[in-house]
Amino acid sequence: MSTATLKKERIEQTPQTEQNIVFNSKSLNLWYGETHALKDINLAIPEKEITAIIGPSGCGKSTYLKTLNRMVDLVPSVKTSGDIEYRNRNILNKDFKVEELRTRVGMVFQKPNPFPKSIYENVAYGPKIHGIRSKKLLDEIVEKSLKDAYIWDEVKDRLKENAYGLSGGQQQRLCIARTLAIEPDVILMDEPTSALDPISTLKVEELVQKLKQDYSIVIVTHNMQQAARISDKTAFFLNGEVVEFNETETLFSNPTDQRTEDYITGRFG
Amino acid sequence: MVRENFEDQLNELKQRVFKMSEMAKTSLTKATYALEHQDSEQAQDVINQDEKINSIEDNINDDAIWLIAQQQPVAKDLRRLVMTLKATNDIERIGDLAVNISKSVIRIGKAELPEEKQQVLHTASVVKQMIDLVIDAYMSESIESAYEISRIDDQVDREYGESVEKLLKHMTEHPDEINPITQLAFISRYLERAADHVTNIAEGIIYLVKGKHVDLNT
Repeated sequence: MSTATLKKERIEQTPQTEQNIVFNSKSLNLWYGETHALKDINLAIPEKEITAIIGPSGCGKSTYLKTLNRMVDLVPSVKTSGDIEYRNRNILNKDFKVEELRTRVGMVFQKPNPFPKSIYENVAYGPKIHGIRSKKLLDEIVEKSLKDAYIWDEVKDRLKENAYGLSGGQQQRLCIARTLAIEPDVILMDEPTSALDPISTLKVEELVQKLKQDYSIVIVTHNMQQAARISDKTAFFLNGEVVEFNETETLFSNPTDQRTEDYITGRFG
Repeated sequence: MVRENFEDQLNELKQRVFKMSEMAKTSLTKATYALEHQDSEQAQDVINQDEKINSIEDNINDDAIWLIAQQQPVAKDLRRLVMTLKATNDIERIGDLAVNISKSVIRIGKAELPEEKQQVLHTASVVKQMIDLVIDAYMSESIESAYEISRIDDQVDREYGESVEKLLKHMTEHPDEINPITQLAFISRYLERAADHVTNIAEGIIYLVKGKHVDLNT
């Protein structure tokens, strides 16, 4: 794509790390007021892999995800300690520019949240606020993003229509296309298929697996079979702690911690 | 407790595998008795019973496959169901081998057998002991018993080798007894195969408990 220019610049901007780790949390603690929500998290998110985070409600998995793009800052009473290194830079440092972080780290939410605009505008929005004015370039970015999100064929004849007219599954893939349009380094997904029907879920799952060729993905999911199907590594969170972080196949076939075994076999949670 | 129903279904399946193995053991015991007393009627009884073991295998496997589809088990639950599918296959094969022994007993008829028959009967008693052990190991998920089974299997292999050697020697000395002695050598082989199937089940028990594949049949 001609946005390759964009991509190239971005890659050059991205500091290279030795171990191909995108996010490295070191002794990360987080409190909501008095509530200790994340306890001493040490977790290294590998590049161009899918890392799944599973655990019962309230275990801290979404909180952890939201610390990775500092969305958790939006909660007034939040306090953190420890480090989260993104490409070897501590994003919890006060001088780290959160805007910069969020252009590198895209996020897809549980419920599809397209803007009340046309399909085209939804995707072009990000590149536009990043200063791209050329109609031709924007057209290319929109087409490429929609193609990469495997929704192009379904929407190419209705780009000017309002995104609300799409089905839930299509809206979610549109939101993924919107994320891809700014060419992030990492995509965070917070239960991206929990509001979708089974077929749409499978489409999004296939899409996620294709995206890992170019992006590093962290996905929070309640659906353990989904984690087993699509991820390379899985972290099991419980009561704000990481109980086990392992190759997905190992974690689901022969976990080392009894609490993991009890959770994934449905004995609690 | 969450998934109590699934737990009950797994336990029920385990009980059925237990019953199936008891039936295979009974077949082997009867086939051995038939050999000892050269009793064709008893041998025929083993052959007639085999259909029941086969149909129990099909039923257990159908239910195990359905539980996999229905419950989407992982970790030990999944290993338990996979192990069940494999173990029922081994148990069914042990039943088949009891049938093979019985057919050989019928072929031998009342022909006089050499003293090596006693050694073959001894091997049969060791194989029965292995089956008892594996049933216990399966019910209690005991890895120690599973390893014990592999040691006994080595003994069965040795006894089989000795029996065949002696039988071949006997055959060359008594060419007129070739037919019954060949059948006795076959029986010896069937017993050795049955012991291998018991050992496979023991491997399955280790896989179930530890999640690791081991090869005890070496």
